[in-house]
Amino acid sequence: MKPFTYERVATPAEAAAAALKNPKARFIAGGTNLLDLMKLEIEVPPHLIDINRLGLDKIKETDQGGLRIGALVRNTDLAADRRVRKDYAVLSRALLSGASGQLRNKATTAGNLLQRTRCPYFYDPTMPCNKRAPGSGCSALQGFNRNLAILGTSDQCIATHPSDMAVAMRLLDATVETVHADGRTRAIPIASFHRLPGTTPHIETDLAPGELITAVVLPPPLGGTHIYRKVRDRASYAFALVSVAAVLQRDGTGRAAFGGLAHKPWRVEAAEARMAQGPKAVADAVLAGARTTPQNAFKTVLAERTLAAVFEQARA
Amino acid sequence: MKFDSPATTNPIDRLKVVGKPIDRIDGKLKTTGTAPYAYERNDVAPNAAYGYILGASIAKGRITSLDVSAAKRAPGVIAVVTYQNAGKLAKAKAHTARLLAGPEVQHFDQAVAIVVAETFEQARDASRRIKVRYAATKGAYDLAVAIKTAQKPAPNPDAGADKPDTAVGDFAGAFAKASVQLDETYTTPDQCHAMMEPHATTAAWEGDKLTVWTSNQMIAWAVRDLTETLLIPKENVRVISPYIGGGFGSKLWIRADALAAILGARAAGRPVKVALARTQIFNNTTHRPATIQRIRIGCGPDGRIAAIGHESWSGDLPGGGPETAANQTRLLYAGENRMTAHRLAVLDLPEGNAMRAPGEAPGLMALEIAMDELAEKLKIDPVELRIRNDVQYDPEAGPKRPFSHRDLIGCLRTGAQRFGWDKRSATPGRVRDGRWLVGLGMAAAFRNNISMTSAARVGIDRKGVVTVATDMTDIGTGSYTVIAQTAAEMMGVDVEKVVVLLGDSSFPASSGSGGQWGGNSASSGVYAACVKLREALARKAGFDPATAVFDDGKIRSGNKSATLAELAGDAGLSAEDTIEFEGLDKAYAQSTFGAHFVEAGVDAQTGEIRVRRMGGAFAAGRILNPKSARSQVIGAMTMGVGAALMEEAVVDKRYGCFINHDMAGYEVPVHADIPHQDVVFLDEVDDKSSPLKAKGVGELGICGVGAAVANAVYNACGVRVREYPITLDKILAGWAKV
Ligand SMILES: Cc1cc2nc3c(=O)[nH]c(=O)nc-3n(C[C@H](O)[C@H](O)[C@H](O)COP(=O)(O)OP(=O)(O)OC[C@H]3O[C@@H](n4cnc5c(N)ncnc54)[C@H](O)[C@@H]3O)c2cc1C
Ligand code: SF4
Repeated sequence: MKPFTYERVATPAEAAAAALKNPKARFIAGGTNLLDLMKLEIEVPPHLIDINRLGLDKIKETDQGGLRIGALVRNTDLAADRRVRKDYAVLSRALLSGASGQLRNKATTAGNLLQRTRCPYFYDPTMPCNKRAPGSGCSALQGFNRNLAILGTSDQCIATHPSDMAVAMRLLDATVETVHADGRTRAIPIASFHRLPGTTPHIETDLAPGELITAVVLPPPLGGTHIYRKVRDRASYAFALVSVAAVLQRDGTGRAAFGGLAHKPWRVEAAEARMAQGPKAVADAVLAGARTTPQNAFKTVLAERTLAAVFEQARA
Repeated sequence: MKFDSPATTNPIDRLKVVGKPIDRIDGKLKTTGTAPYAYERNDVAPNAAYGYILGASIAKGRITSLDVSAAKRAPGVIAVVTYQNAGKLAKAKAHTARLLAGPEVQHFDQAVAIVVAETFEQARDASRRIKVRYAATKGAYDLAVAIKTAQKPAPNPDAGADKPDTAVGDFAGAFAKASVQLDETYTTPDQCHAMMEPHATTAAWEGDKLTVWTSNQMIAWAVRDLTETLLIPKENVRVISPYIGGGFGSKLWIRADALAAILGARAAGRPVKVALARTQIFNNTTHRPATIQRIRIGCGPDGRIAAIGHESWSGDLPGGGPETAANQTRLLYAGENRMTAHRLAVLDLPEGNAMRAPGEAPGLMALEIAMDELAEKLKIDPVELRIRNDVQYDPEAGPKRPFSHRDLIGCLRTGAQRFGWDKRSATPGRVRDGRWLVGLGMAAAFRNNISMTSAARVGIDRKGVVTVATDMTDIGTGSYTVIAQTAAEMMGVDVEKVVVLLGDSSFPASSGSGGQWGGNSASSGVYAACVKLREALARKAGFDPATAVFDDGKIRSGNKSATLAELAGDAGLSAEDTIEFEGLDKAYAQSTFGAHFVEAGVDAQTGEIRVRRMGGAFAAGRILNPKSARSQVIGAMTMGVGAALMEEAVVDKRYGCFINHDMAGYEVPVHADIPHQDVVFLDEVDDKSSPLKAKGVGELGICGVGAAVANAVYNACGVRVREYPITLDKILAGWAKV
């Protein structure tokens, strides 16, 4: 870990000002991802801006009938919120399938969206990795890539986004609200929030340097049956090999988003039009263009089967 | 005391304290975080500076230049030690690779430099300012390729590998003639110990005297290895290790943390502590080597084995040893014609070495799937097939070398009955519970019983308090407790009246903890010392030591009695002795036995595998403490689930390292993976194993579990996976084939 300076801010405006002053600074929320990365010197911010006391830890109903989730709401609190459990159960279930109780107590809504990949080469600073050290090469392409991406990959990077929560947020069409270092605010649809690796795998989101997430807004509830199915090698405390977030309606329509397949939560709206034709039809459309390696080719089969399991569960 | 003839009735047989499920006496200290571990010895080594190890970023080659100047200038740095200024060091015989690299690098993450600083963060930061240039050379990292040039390894009796090969009768001929043949190859991956406490050491020099507080299973070996490494006399080294947060074989020898702390302390002129970061443990220390195992069994339609052959290939650094995965096949089943062979390839991966029942754990993962496959071919129940091939003597040596006590059949029957084995459908894929395909599987458990020389000193004071001192370690196994029970039984006092002091090289040298020999051997050493102390007390009381009875804090003879406290007097009394096992292990095969039963569920859509129920029956001589023994066995069964379903240190064959080197990448079972575990010990004593009539039990529990899981998975879903770990991608691939 490199030595760094630290300050605690009290308002979003102060946070923005601090970010403006220190262009290389990082915000620290729960710290459950950032500190691990700093210990390994994968992230080397010279300055940390502690945003835990911004008061952004509330969940409020919006005028439109949705929910505005403060950026600092802990994963545990979000999963347990009565309104979330009732109207956005898929989100609650996705959260509870992630990490461990202790981590969820610290992890925040914004931090979860911004957590970085679990590609093993990203985590070993002695190895080439375009995401960690742009231009150094991608060790995973020809290396251990069993749990890496099959959709939206590039020759530069095949990492996945490991979040469960983000898959549910994508399914629910959430919006990310931010404030720039210069005070401007904006709302980013979740679909365009995370980026594909392309030739710049080190740039993972649409956020500008110093831009602070203040809230994530959910549109009004969808109704239907909410399912989050996470498939992994052990029963708990593991990242998804494949996950499916789904809301299925009685009339056979619905939505499905996938985790563990790409650099971002993966949802193909056009595929959802085939919902009534069953899981295979949907999966075929979602997985079109998949590029697999011998180690992760199973993910195409697994994604289809997991979706089928979700359909079965919804019927049961 | 020599143990060279079977035990007769002795005070242990009273079983007033021994055999009782007494809580671990170190349990509260450990669960409340108050047991001081090696890294936390501020009480004895205040003012310790922090050391951090920089590891090699290549797997094989040479250091061509080392620039430590920036590190030395970094804030808080006290000293930087590399091979260039470490002074003369040698490789201890027990180590395959040196603990400090330079100029040659022998494996990835081999220690290259130690930075000592005022804080941990400063030391770690400075370590990354060291500039190392390497000239990498091509290494061998792929076992499947390297076995083509594998050799017959040199015998290494110390590592349980006294003979690489064995052969009896005419295996090839009998196998060729057998009407039912099984010939399959199985693989097990590299695995890491993943114990909770990382390797850690605090070291301090006073003049040329060295004290090392370290997390280590084998104190006497640690002294020996330090003496050999540092080229200093034994008298100058003291090793202290009273509490250990798990070792599983990775702490049988001193590792780089110890050397780094020692060299750092010498350079800094003050105590230094070093703990390996979790990410370093995988490549800097040892691991269980991967194996490729071919098993051939030939028999007639009745299932009686006529020919059994087990070959195992593994790899290690030059000068290393094999994983002795075929060893149990020499002893477990009958058969006139037999062969076993180990072949060793050169691999430039980190040093392979002992982990969680070396040999038998991976060996049975293969052999016991093979038996399941054979049972299926024969249409004989897997339990029955094993019963039919039971043998009461060492099948390589013949009837002249019987087992000291062998009740594998008892384990199989008891286990089967308790588990409800009769409900199993022999045809796979027949049982469904909601989304789950459900199957039952079983395997035999087998682990050799090893006994080791072990000494102890036992004293009694004027308050009647009995103090035991031995350099034995408690790695979470319950040594403190069974030793206290042994001393209490022998001296006729309450267990609360016994103080046990362990893990200090100034105490008599014990067996240490490893190979499941510790509990039985070390307690027998304590038994021997207690016999001597009883004699001294009896003589002092004027009683005949042979007939005097020790009970209730008193010694009695006829209607005369005296309290032990009075006899001890102000000066106290103490006695020291060593148990030496001689001959009985040659005359008798001594082993421990068991049977594992597993119910597994395989998700019919996704292929996810979850263990639903486990049961085991074990025969391992007298159980000194059923509670700590059960804890050992359920822990071992848990490790077996890990080995079956998830544990794999993945080799990056380009960089020559284990790439999933943290606990997020190297998965071990979590609570949610482990269902109820039913454990029963058969009520038995083995008079040929020790005066306590006990045997090893800790590692027995892991032996065979992996195969029982594999067999249950097969029974559930019809996919036979022969490459561990059994993960859902392999199940999906199997389904795709049918
Ligand atoms: C062992 C382990 C297992 C895990 N398993 C899972 C799992 O199974 N599923 C899963 O989904 N997750 C898992 N996680 C990840 C966990 O969910 C994330 O670490 C957590 O959500 C991050 O939140 P945080 O508040 O701690 O973020 P931090 O670590 O504080 O921050 C992460 C990043 O977000 C930035 N940031 C934080 N808040 C803001 C803001 N308001 N505006 C702008 N930038 C911001 C920080 O600068 C930093 O770059 C696991 C983590 C660990 C350590
Ligand atoms: S997949 Fe991405 S994160 Fe992984 S090594 Fe390649 S560039 Fe780095």
